[in-house]
Formats: sequence, structure tokens, C-alpha cells
Amino acid sequence: MSKVQTGLRYSAEHEWIDGGTPATIGISEVAADALGEIVYVDLPEVGASIAVGQVVGEVESTKSVSELFSPVAGEVVAVNEAAVGDPALINSDPYGEGWLFRVAVSEEGPLLSAEQYAADNGAEI
Amino acid sequence: MTDPKRTALHEEHTALGASFTDFGGWDMPLKYGSELAEHRAVREAAGLFDLSHMGEVWVSGPDAAAFLNTALVGNLAAVAVGRAKYSLICDAGGGIVDDLIVYRITDTRYLVVPNAGNAETVAGLLAERAEGFHAEVSNASAETSLVAVQGPAAERILLDLLDERQHEAVTGLRYYAWAAASIGGSGSATASGPDTGSMPDRGSGADTGSGIAAGAPIDVLLARTGYTGEDGFELFVPNDRAAELWRLLLAAGAPHGLIPAGLASRDSLRLEAGMPLYGNELSREVTPFEAGLGPVVSFAKEERFAGRDALEARREAGPGMRLVGLRGSGRRAGRAGYSVLSGGEVVGRITSGQPSPTLGYPVALAYVSPEHAEIGTRLEVDLRGRPEPFEVVPLPFYRRPATG
Repeated sequence: MSKVQTGLRYSAEHEWIDGGTPATIGISEVAADALGEIVYVDLPEVGASIAVGQVVGEVESTKSVSELFSPVAGEVVAVNEAAVGDPALINSDPYGEGWLFRVAVSEEGPLLSAEQYAADNGAEI
Repeated sequence: MTDPKRTALHEEHTALGASFTDFGGWDMPLKYGSELAEHRAVREAAGLFDLSHMGEVWVSGPDAAAFLNTALVGNLAAVAVGRAKYSLICDAGGGIVDDLIVYRITDTRYLVVPNAGNAETVAGLLAERAEGFHAEVSNASAETSLVAVQGPAAERILLDLLDERQHEAVTGLRYYAWAAASIGGSGSATASGPDTGSMPDRGSGADTGSGIAAGAPIDVLLARTGYTGEDGFELFVPNDRAAELWRLLLAAGAPHGLIPAGLASRDSLRLEAGMPLYGNELSREVTPFEAGLGPVVSFAKEERFAGRDALEARREAGPGMRLVGLRGSGRRAGRAGYSVLSGGEVVGRITSGQPSPTLGYPVALAYVSPEHAEIGTRLEVDLRGRPEPFEVVPLPFYRRPATG
């Protein structure tokens, strides 16, 4: 069963965000498992201004494709080029090496605790 | 909605850790671990598939050949005993009701294999069309399991499981041909010739001892057919021997790199091989001509087969759309339902599409208007609002390397 990592908060659209400054954002293991093996990821440009809920990229597996929504507003300050080059990192280590981008946050959207997100998605902590 | 049906191998899949998906009303394994690893195993070694959701319909009687020539678009009377043929069953308007494989078992006996979701429809339609013929249609789908071993190592795996007297029958078995075989047991089996057809029919009563006792050889109908673009075999077996056969194949295949493979890899493999899927490329909305299957229709046969008038008219008029292969030049894949564009105008629609695991670029099957169907035509696919370049390429996308 897919794992939900504690110490992170989650959006209903399956992004996670840590408490860092800037904040690091990725997709949950629930989302990565549902997509299957990820073969392509499209991320926002460094320097882009993004809004809460905005489509900022997409994650594509052999079987399906999923849009990436920003859980926060702010400026993109880094993207994970390693994950762009090797999207399998998102499957193998969604909360670590498979992170997606970092944002200098000006505003947060609605976020769930790890416990709430796990309960909503039938996943385990 | 009724609960999805389960194959006789469902417990085997659960024990192997499969994740499941509904397909044609059946709860089928989607993948066991990694769908990409399963895909690669079939291209490089072998994969083992449960295809028990497919239908098995027996057609028997002195008029079997003549009847099938009126019920299906192909010339089944011309198929030799021991061989198989890909065919279509069409409605009166020429629309495709299903695509199927027809095995000729004896002069007067055929095995018709329709798709999972269509098995009842096809069996019913055949029974209806058999009226007035000395031919009996019997739907054995519920009692029959089907497993497939696909991949370059498939033949070696089968040989490991068969006693030496049967080896020549397998090595000599051509593509789209079948033979009776006995797997496992103490080697007491006699490979019956392709004219007995004892397997897997449960109704003929003429079985050569379809042993229920454990340890007895498993009689199978062994066909060199498949849906992955690789060499491989499909094995028809009664439900009560299916789990045993599955385990024997897994064990014999493991040293050759065989792993169980689910529907996710089956779909990516068949797409690379450019094979149409019922419900995606094929439906009653299209005739064989749109689907590029015109040569499957035999106008040379004398029978007035179902759909003949409509298909003759369509042959004259030419298809309104054509099924083509598309190759993407970027990394983003087109998906079923996405629009195909030329100069901003919609000229077609994708029916299947995904990144090709073997080739490393996106591929898709699409219906496009005939003036955009030539090889080399540059088109775009509307990828969720952003047009991306795609090019019409020959099918199949992937062809297995010629063997020595």
C-alpha cells in the first residue's frame, strides 16, 4: 500500500509540500503509484510566478498523464533537473530524490495533514 | 453493474501480488510489479499472460465451413486443418462487431476466439446465423482458460515442458498454426495429430482421457499465435487444469527470464506491434476499410456473408477515415480521444497512444481523413491545449528482429 510521509502537508490534488523556506514540492506516493511508471515530467520555469491551483506542469506515465497543480503561490526558485532527466526517481523516491520544484511562498492554498490525506486516500502513514 | 468475473487463475494472480483492473467485465491482472519490466521481459525473454477472459466458441457440423463463410467476412473454408486465421464478424451495415481468431480443428470443426466483452454477443450472433445450416454453435468460454507465453524464449520454455516426442511438433509449428500437446506428467502422453481436436472441448465426449487426477499430463491446444508482436504460444486448457499449467509454465520459464505479465504491458506491446484493439480502434462505427483491414474481407468467396452488400459499397466509395500510425517528435504522448490537427484544423482523433517503452518515443494509432493519411504527413496532436508535432509513419511501429 502506498505510504504517506509524516512531517509534510498535502493538497487534495496529491502534491506534498514541506515546511522549508523556500518550500519543496513533490507528488505523493499515492499519486506516483496510481500513475504507474513515470516516463516524463514537465516542470515550471525557474523564476516563474505561480498561483494557488494553477497548472504548472504534468507528470506522464506509460498509461496516463496527470496535471501538476501548484499548492501554493509564489516564485519558483528551483526545479529538480535530476527528476526531469530520470523521471523514475519520482516512483522510487517520491518524498526524497523525486522532489519536483521549490517555491518562495507568498500564499498557501488549502493543505491537509499527513493523517487527513492518508485517511482520504485509503493510504497508510 | 454486476460484479466482475474472475478467471480460474485469479488466486494465482493474487498470490503473485497482482494489482487488478476491470476489463470487458472481468477482474484481470493489470500488472504484478512493474509494467515496464513486464513489457521488456516479453521483448527480451518471455512473459506469461492469463487470457482466460477471451471467449471460446466451438462451431461443429458438416456445414461448419460453409456456415462460417456466411457469418464472418473471411474465407474460413480455405483454412487448412491445423491452421488459424484472423477474421472479423460484421453487422449488416458492415460495422465491425468483433475481431477474432478462428482455428480449424478438423474438416467439420472450428474454434472461434472472440474478445472478452464480445464473447456473448458473438456466440449469440453465430447461433442466429447458423439457422438453416448443419452446424452447431457452442459457447465454451466459461469452462475454458487461455494462457499465453510470449517472447523470444517462448519456444525454449515450451520445449523444456514437453517430452522429446513432441519437440518436432513445436519447432515445426508455424505462425498461425496449432497442435495438440500434453504438458507435464510422466511423459506418457502421445501428441495427437492436429486432426483429433480433443482439447479443450468438453462437449464432444471423445476426449483421450482428459485426466483430472493430479500429475496426469495436461492436454492443451497449443497455438502459435499472440498479440504482442513477438514469437509465442497460446495454450487453451480446461479451467480445472489451468492453475497447474500456469505454475508449470512459470517454473519452466523462470530460468529463461519469463515473468508473469498483466494487461498494462499487453496493451503497450500490442500498440507497438500496431495491432488494433476492439473498443479503441475497432467498433461497429467503422468497417474493415477504415481500420485498414480490407484484405481480411474475402469478396472472392461466393457466399453472401453478413455485411457483404454494405462492404462492397464501401469498397467502391472508399473509406471516410483511415487508421494510421503517428510518431511524436517530443516526449509528450497523445492519448485516446485527443484531436489530430493539420494547420489548426481537426482532421482526426487518436484511438490509442502512449510513450513506446521499446522505441523511446510517443506512438499512437489514429483515425484521420484520407488526405492526411499518407506516410510522412506532418500533423499535430492537441495535447491538452498545446499542439505538438506528430508524423504519419508505417505500421507496425515495432517489428521483432528476424531470427536466424
